[in-house]
Amino acid sequence: MSSAIRNPTGTIELEARDLSVLYGETRALKHVSLSIPDRKVVAFIGPSGCGKSTLLRCFNRMNDLIPGVRIEGEALFQGRNLYGAGVDAVDVRRRIGMVFQKPNPFPKSIYDNVLFGPKINGYRGDFSELVERSLRQAALWDEVKDRLDSSALALSGGQQQRLCIARALAVEPEVLLMDEPASALDPIATQKIEDLIYELKQDYTVVIVTHSMQQAARVSDHTAFLYMGEVIEYGATNELFTNPREERTEAYITGRFG
Amino acid sequence: MQPTNDNGAPLKNAATGTGRGTGVSAQRPTFQVGRPSAPAMRTADGVVRGNADASMQPAASGAANSAASDAANGVSPNPVRTPAEPLGLERVPSDAAQRDPSRFAPRISQRRFIAKAFAAVCLVATLIGVVVLAALLVDLLRDGAGRLSFEMITGFPSRFADRAGIGPAVAGSAWVLFLTAMIAFPLGVGTAIWLEEYADNNRWKRLIEMNIANLAGVPSIVYGILGLTLFVRVMGLGRSLMAAALTLALLILPVIIIASQEALKAVPRSIRLGAYALGATRWETIQHQILPMAMPGVMTGTILALSRAIGEAAPVILVGALGFVAFIPTNPSDQYTVLPFQIFNWVSRPQPEFHEVAAAASLVLLVLLLSMSGIAIWLRNKYTRRS
Repeated sequence: MSSAIRNPTGTIELEARDLSVLYGETRALKHVSLSIPDRKVVAFIGPSGCGKSTLLRCFNRMNDLIPGVRIEGEALFQGRNLYGAGVDAVDVRRRIGMVFQKPNPFPKSIYDNVLFGPKINGYRGDFSELVERSLRQAALWDEVKDRLDSSALALSGGQQQRLCIARALAVEPEVLLMDEPASALDPIATQKIEDLIYELKQDYTVVIVTHSMQQAARVSDHTAFLYMGEVIEYGATNELFTNPREERTEAYITGRFG
Repeated sequence: MQPTNDNGAPLKNAATGTGRGTGVSAQRPTFQVGRPSAPAMRTADGVVRGNADASMQPAASGAANSAASDAANGVSPNPVRTPAEPLGLERVPSDAAQRDPSRFAPRISQRRFIAKAFAAVCLVATLIGVVVLAALLVDLLRDGAGRLSFEMITGFPSRFADRAGIGPAVAGSAWVLFLTAMIAFPLGVGTAIWLEEYADNNRWKRLIEMNIANLAGVPSIVYGILGLTLFVRVMGLGRSLMAAALTLALLILPVIIIASQEALKAVPRSIRLGAYALGATRWETIQHQILPMAMPGVMTGTILALSRAIGEAAPVILVGALGFVAFIPTNPSDQYTVLPFQIFNWVSRPQPEFHEVAAAASLVLLVLLLSMSGIAIWLRNKYTRRS
């Protein structure tokens, strides 16, 4: 525990300080502290139920939506506590976007899917231009440019997930949280998402939860290994995978448990 | 655990530095490019494999050797997965070696017969319903079709059966339908939205829901008594269209609430989360995502409930529908009659000619109800296609 790197170099975009999440009496996240540098990809790995998704959802206050949840400690975004007084979860979620495990496009046209976020947030620029830019960023434009008016549900799973990424990018967030974004996709679609993550870190801080250690190794700069609600080890991805400091990390990444 | 960390870590570092130095540095560049595939994963494994290599290659350095002896001493954990222990599974011996067909009695023909017999029973049940409905229609057509005419539908009632029309009853039913929808739809959908989207799931919510479910089962005549007391007398609405509409709105409110709640429940949680994650407020999520998706279900429930309302005779008798209305009502405070009550009134008379007019009026009511179901289906399809 004590040996984990808690402060990677660079500007810190997100930070958890002694952060705990309680569902009723169960403490799903136990006094977690770690910081996430700007414009890097950070992966959370760990066995099911280890708290990695819970930690992720603390950073855009999606945990607020679960009845009976209690959050202790601080989650900071650019130095400001997301749970502090006067911070509106709606504003937090525009600036810290999220992509979910299963693609969840709205049952509307591709065009309307991208524009829902910008419209409710009072976007004042050109809508068509924004749609094209967002879809290009998500590497989906060429595949859908001729059928923007058709239903998003007609797209393949991988395309739907990239549409969800485009939709998240359309509100111009600073951080993108991804909760197992490729776990419902086939290997080819997964590779496209991973390539995309690699591109996105030029402009965004990306935090990704994944069950696939290969994926964490491929896409992330830093990796945190969580177990039973605690961060066991956090460090540079190549360090963590080649030379884990903790016995439990090594046991997990070599497949002896989890 | 503690000694492993203290002893293990420096040893592994030493092994990395010397014995397997070339292997690791060969993998590292791939890492920093960011797109290594399998080798990245196997590196931790590699520490372990290094041990095996060391024992196979006598020329390996001292550091690797000490790592190997480390493993032998059991200081570092055994890399090879021993199937039984970590998985927590116990191997159950299979019976496959001693397959014995006599232990099963598949009785295929008997099971096939039962399957066919059950399908036949279900078909008969369906046919009974269809036949009874057809008999009703044929009976109504035989009695009433002869009396059906434009004059009869638009005409006024008369004490002579051959001149009696249902114009005021059709107009009254249309008025009641419109007013009831205007009252019940917003109240019902609003209640459903509050219960599903806003209310905490506590004992008060459950109490309210239980009562709504119970109200759906209260006989319509009871609503008539309530309407008579509350709307006709206390609120002083008298024998007006408004009193009837309010009473019928109360009658169908529970049905609309329950149907709308079901429709809202059917909207997947992922859609809500998707909208919230884009910075939508709760109302924006409801307005733009949840309601459009729930609308077909809400519409269907509302229209079916309204069909029930305009088919009701009992409550409107209590709140004062008239048996003889010689004018078309023009505003909600007018006196009125409705089709079911007009039919009831005529059927109660002794003259068989009036029974024929009643049959004709029933046909009109049936057509009205069928077209409402048609509208429900049309609306549902329209919304479904849009989404």
